[in-house]
Amino acid sequence: MDIEYNEPERAFRDEVRGFLAENLPAAIAEKVKNYRRLTRDETVHWHRVLGEKGWLAMHWPTEYGGPGWSPVQKHIFEEECAAAGAPRLLPFGINMVAPVIIKFGSQAQKDYYLPRMLTMDDWWAQGYSEPGAGSDLASLKMRAERQGDRYIVNGQKTWTTLGQHANMIFCLVRTDPQAAKKQEGISFLLIDMSSPGVTVRPLITLDGEHEVNEVFFDNVEVPVENRVGDENKGWTYAKYLLTFERTGIAGVGISKAALTHLKTIAHEREIRGRRLIEQSDFADRLAEIEVELMAVEMTNLRVVAAADAGGVPGAESSFLKIMGTEVRQKISDLYREAAGPYALPFIDEDDAPVGPEFAGVAAPNYFNLRKLSIFGGSNEIQKNIISKAILGL
Amino acid sequence: MDFSYSDEQRMLKDMVDRLVADQYDFETREAARASSVGYSADMWRQFAELGLLGVPLSEDAGGFDGGGAELMVVAEGFGRGLVVEPYLASVVLCGHLIDKLADQTRKAEIAGPLISGETRYALACHEPDGGCDPYWIATTARADGGGYVLDGTKAVVAHGDSADHLIVIARSSGEPGDRDGLSAFLVDATANGVTRRGYPTIDGHRAADITLENARVDADALLGELGLASSALDGALERGVIYLCAEATGAMARACELTLEYLKERKQFGAPIGSFQALQHRMVDMRIALEKVRSLTFWAACSLDSAPDERGQRIAAAKVMVGRAGRHVAEEAIQLFGGMGMMEESAIAHYAKRIIMIDHWLGDHRWHMAAFRRAVADGENAWANAA
Repeated sequence: MDIEYNEPERAFRDEVRGFLAENLPAAIAEKVKNYRRLTRDETVHWHRVLGEKGWLAMHWPTEYGGPGWSPVQKHIFEEECAAAGAPRLLPFGINMVAPVIIKFGSQAQKDYYLPRMLTMDDWWAQGYSEPGAGSDLASLKMRAERQGDRYIVNGQKTWTTLGQHANMIFCLVRTDPQAAKKQEGISFLLIDMSSPGVTVRPLITLDGEHEVNEVFFDNVEVPVENRVGDENKGWTYAKYLLTFERTGIAGVGISKAALTHLKTIAHEREIRGRRLIEQSDFADRLAEIEVELMAVEMTNLRVVAAADAGGVPGAESSFLKIMGTEVRQKISDLYREAAGPYALPFIDEDDAPVGPEFAGVAAPNYFNLRKLSIFGGSNEIQKNIISKAILGL
Repeated sequence: MDFSYSDEQRMLKDMVDRLVADQYDFETREAARASSVGYSADMWRQFAELGLLGVPLSEDAGGFDGGGAELMVVAEGFGRGLVVEPYLASVVLCGHLIDKLADQTRKAEIAGPLISGETRYALACHEPDGGCDPYWIATTARADGGGYVLDGTKAVVAHGDSADHLIVIARSSGEPGDRDGLSAFLVDATANGVTRRGYPTIDGHRAADITLENARVDADALLGELGLASSALDGALERGVIYLCAEATGAMARACELTLEYLKERKQFGAPIGSFQALQHRMVDMRIALEKVRSLTFWAACSLDSAPDERGQRIAAAKVMVGRAGRHVAEEAIQLFGGMGMMEESAIAHYAKRIIMIDHWLGDHRWHMAAFRRAVADGENAWANAA
């Protein structure tokens, strides 16, 4: 047993560090560290930088352009990226639809879509949730009717993250409303968002941000060759997507970077002549969260190590999702508390800031991160998965 | 990074787990607990024969030179069976002090009977007015003739009532709370001037409050140099905390298993109560708490050779988590068992008692949280600044 990185692992860490130091634009890192929203161009730029280096699609097999890293290397990469303030990578293309295309897609789909992901020529969005299908995803209603070599698609998707920037969306659609079980009549379609009949409308969240959207489909024509795998087998592919490589789901690197930042604030900011870190209730809370985060970090590493040894993360990712999101939310909560009254001013990003720099985003970020325990399968759904898969209840 | 056991560790784990599974069922444990010394002399002999009593001791002392991982493997197995034998007191705590402090000749003399199981030791350190602080030592050691005279009171000494010898931490200089001036004395537990009030503890072990009144010991009772026992004491307590965390891990894992079995078999409203989502989610929360404890215990156990600040931080973090998450698991186990969780005859009640009361041994979650904060803030060994 040895919890320290070995020589090759340390060398890899240094290589990643060196690359980030040279290639991550300071302006982007600054924005990420301060929870500022990136522009589309900034996001695309960073993806292209990694794509050129061959580090963008770390979970892909090497034959499709993956770097061939071990789980420990992936862990190191994620941790170093978070520490340096690199933008979090968009998961929808490279980590979500790509594995499905690789596993179930046609040769033509692989040849066309995968290279375009590495060059970020397509910005993918996820079309899973609908107004009436959240945790009960299989009850989705968006309809795709076959007409010759096309599907005619009608319905609505919602909570489409960054859909305003996307040009492609993968959707679960109902192709057989008569199927005996609701899971059986679903297919998996790749839809060009520039098709006539697609409308994207912003949804403004409680932090004032435009991050999610609703997408309407009105008689949208989708070529049959854009279906992944077999008709009415989409649920199988959707489930595969949800279990694929989720050790990054705990967001340990992000939490560690955030906690480090929060500790710096606690050491610098003085209230009534005393630094926050010297105020025992605040310091207690900070230490408590740090202990929690250490537990998540080591649990994540244990799962990574099991994956390295050939074990496939299954319901373990549900543990990590719950533990990781809870601690991230606690950190954002303490940021808000650290800001005191200056958590209140709600200033447009283009206007002159009020109060200490971190304070301006403290409350919006706290509210924004309420989403963590809701999306990607709510934490209650994760508990259902664990009860069923691990506990056998 | 390598999270796998070595072949030797794997063998040790298999041996301990098999011993507990085959020979340490709840009834056996309860019978041992009810005996006058509070554990089974036969079982202790068996531990000795299997070599378990030498696991953490150095090869110099005749042991197997086990590190944190070996300690964790043994303690976790013992935790699954709620083992009541005085392994922590005699082997882990006293074994380390003997190893670090006694010179080579004395070490062989003292450690030999420890490893063979003939002689049992207990660490008389904490005092009635010191709470969790191991350095709050008011017990005095005064040079007298060729030897020393000890005076003071020791509180809740684990297995102090059945031990043959005590290792008494006493002060030849300084004030309670000072790290300097502490020495370790090997004292015959039945010597003149030593009074022991033995009693059972609520978590199934036994302990004693011990008064030393004009207790005379020879010069060779002093282990190591006069006044310089602190760093060896740090080491013993660090190992003790890792042992307790791993024991808690084993006990929590077993408590989760027992609760899960109960959820599947107990029926109400015509269905197993495990079919109710409210209870399923609580069961999942117990498992999450267990994983947190397991992860931090693992980290602590692998950090015995790390730099002092990292080591102190990780060990403290593990004990904090054991205190908090352990309590969660134990309380939930009782709740999910309903009335059966309240019964003395139920194994789960004894798991719950041990898991919760582990927080009271060798520093509770508040004490260790303070140590954690110091380690983080100062980058120094939490234990070194504990006072």
